[in-house]
Amino acid sequence: MKPAEIDQFRAQVRAWLSDNKPADPGFLLPETFMEVGTDQQFEFLRDWQRKVFEAGYLGMSWPEAYGGGGQPQLMQEIVNQEMAAARVPFVPNTIGLNWAGPLILDMGSEADKNRYIKNILSAEDIWCQGFSEPDHGSDLGNAQVRAVKDGDEYVVNGSKIWTSLGSYAKYMILIARTSTEGPNKYAGLSFFLAPMNVTGIDPTPIKKLTGEYGFCQTYFDDARIPADCMLGQEGEGWSVAMKTLMFERGAVGGQAGGLSMMDLNINDIIELARRATRNGRPAIDDPLTRDELIKLVLEARGNALMGSKAKIPALNQTYPTAVAMSSKLRGSELKRKMTRFALSLQGANGARYISEQAMDGGKWQRSYLNSFSATIGGGTSQIQKNILGERVLGLPKS
Amino acid sequence: MIVFSEEQAMLLDTANEFCQNQAPRSAVRDVINAGTAMDPLVWQTMVDLGWLGISIPEGYGGLGMNLADAVPIFEAMGRQLMDTPLLATTLAAQVLIQDGSEDQKSTWLHKISAGTIASVAYQESDGNWDLGAIDVALTPQASGGFTLSGTKILVPDAEVAELFIVSARHEGRPVWCLVPSESLGSSQVERETVIDETRHSYCVRFSDVLVSPDDVLPQCHLLTFEMASMMLIAAEMSGGLAGVLEVVVDYLNTRKQFDKLIGSYQALKHPTVDMLLGSELVRSTVYHAATVWRENKSASAVETAIRMAKCCASEQFSEAGDRGIQFHGGFGFTYECDAQLFLRRALWSQYQLGDERYQRQKMGSLLF
Repeated sequence: MKPAEIDQFRAQVRAWLSDNKPADPGFLLPETFMEVGTDQQFEFLRDWQRKVFEAGYLGMSWPEAYGGGGQPQLMQEIVNQEMAAARVPFVPNTIGLNWAGPLILDMGSEADKNRYIKNILSAEDIWCQGFSEPDHGSDLGNAQVRAVKDGDEYVVNGSKIWTSLGSYAKYMILIARTSTEGPNKYAGLSFFLAPMNVTGIDPTPIKKLTGEYGFCQTYFDDARIPADCMLGQEGEGWSVAMKTLMFERGAVGGQAGGLSMMDLNINDIIELARRATRNGRPAIDDPLTRDELIKLVLEARGNALMGSKAKIPALNQTYPTAVAMSSKLRGSELKRKMTRFALSLQGANGARYISEQAMDGGKWQRSYLNSFSATIGGGTSQIQKNILGERVLGLPKS
Repeated sequence: MIVFSEEQAMLLDTANEFCQNQAPRSAVRDVINAGTAMDPLVWQTMVDLGWLGISIPEGYGGLGMNLADAVPIFEAMGRQLMDTPLLATTLAAQVLIQDGSEDQKSTWLHKISAGTIASVAYQESDGNWDLGAIDVALTPQASGGFTLSGTKILVPDAEVAELFIVSARHEGRPVWCLVPSESLGSSQVERETVIDETRHSYCVRFSDVLVSPDDVLPQCHLLTFEMASMMLIAAEMSGGLAGVLEVVVDYLNTRKQFDKLIGSYQALKHPTVDMLLGSELVRSTVYHAATVWRENKSASAVETAIRMAKCCASEQFSEAGDRGIQFHGGFGFTYECDAQLFLRRALWSQYQLGDERYQRQKMGSLLF
């Protein structure tokens, strides 16, 4: 694309967003797809995704034949940037758009592509993920949910946890054990694009520390799923799951795009510090508060600079993977600290919770409690430090 | 954003190799015991490499590069706990380049490029980090010249310096003046005891030293000098932090207690990871500061980036030094353990030109 075309497209996106940005719904929206807790929130966000898709701003680089836009990836990136800048709500079908969708386009059959892709984009079919299990939080290779072949079906038993959007999902990307033999624990795993509306699959909402519902524990009780929903061959589940994680972590491209969360950053905290009052004065004018705020600004800028340094090989010779491998730890811990700090800016109102009287409807309190989702999920911060100590610094195993 | 220049890339390799060969960590105590400010052979090699003239324009015998390009050299030196008059001399050259007259530059920059040692005297005994709070006075003489009176402390390498650039108060404003070492008697230069034993630090007393009007610099940009100094000190600290991390990781991988390598204990492993991330952070902020300095975008951008680097370096290096002692257990309490060398270096550096709290205080008005 020529620079003039890029500018023109950007202006067009900006204009569309300004005309179509949804009005404040009058209730507190979730900040990520993992936090969708009520039907009201879900319907609102699904409508928004449909609208974005119909405008042609989702899956822009996916093939036209399956419902995508067939356009350069750059255009989708411009849309993503403008959506973030316009602070519009996120599009909720995150697992479909960014993990399952690219995976199906990459290795699915022609029939899979025709069946799934368009409805992922339009939010007609919501997708969820069945990787983690109650007894094996971060140890995916040790998955114990069993899938036993019976004719042209697999019979599934066991349970998965942290199933975001589980109550709304039509399909699940599922990793299950099809064999207990083989050279190692990974060899017995297989990967399924499993339908959720099957007798014996029961997504049970779990109440979070915030008091809201946001994810499920999904029970499988002799649930029969068609054998042809397996992606890859029997026993290849681990490598398909690793490929999925590459999409999940953004290590490879191909995602449908769209804003996947309302990203709260340090500028939001600075803005709050100007607006909120402690003892009758703007919090930002209190010297001790100010000092704490500067520490957080430095941490946020430092994280961004570390990302920039990581791109220069000459400056990363001693521990080449330190920055990349610590980004989840640094990012999630910073968000926890920022949101915790946000409460302290509000004086006695820091004690309020989701309600009209709370500052910004209580979103800061909710954000702080929700921030633990990232410091715990995907391997706790403490596990991250073990991994960094062992794999980056070469220290002995604990 | 960090931009790594070709000059920096080239110097990074040369400097790492040079410092590891010339200043193995096992020799740090020998350098301390020798008590001299420098090894003449090492100094001559540095002169031959052109390091004395890195930021000096080619017309004055230098390499004509940017001061930011010198950052990898100071980082490499810091990692080996090297102390040479390069830091003091580079900063003195910087003052001449930014504030000196044509005559002053052509007289001194040629000499510095060729190895003459110079040192900037700016700190006063009240310990105030505000470089504009100056008691040393430059007073006009009836005869037309000036006299310089007062005391500067923490003047690096004063015993070997041939030139001092001294900040003084003149008619209520700060000025720089040049004082060649021959204008001072030996009793006026006295070695100080400082926490980092690798440093050669002096108290210099100026008592009615005659200063010719030709030796007063036409300009005095204290803030620019402060920023240049902090950029190089933070670079040195970044190296020091990488060095102490290396010492700690080695010990955690060799020392056994209760039949296990102590690195397997999470109580040591996790804070060592914090040290690693601190080191990555400091290095990133240092090279960011160098980038902003080179691009010279705006005074406030430069100041923010450099204060950020000095702030992070002060906090992270001193913490790593502190933990480095603790993680060596009983050995850490002995003089023989290298961890103390790094802690002492960290503390010395932390209190040059403002610790982390001071930097944050200064940053408030730059950020909000």
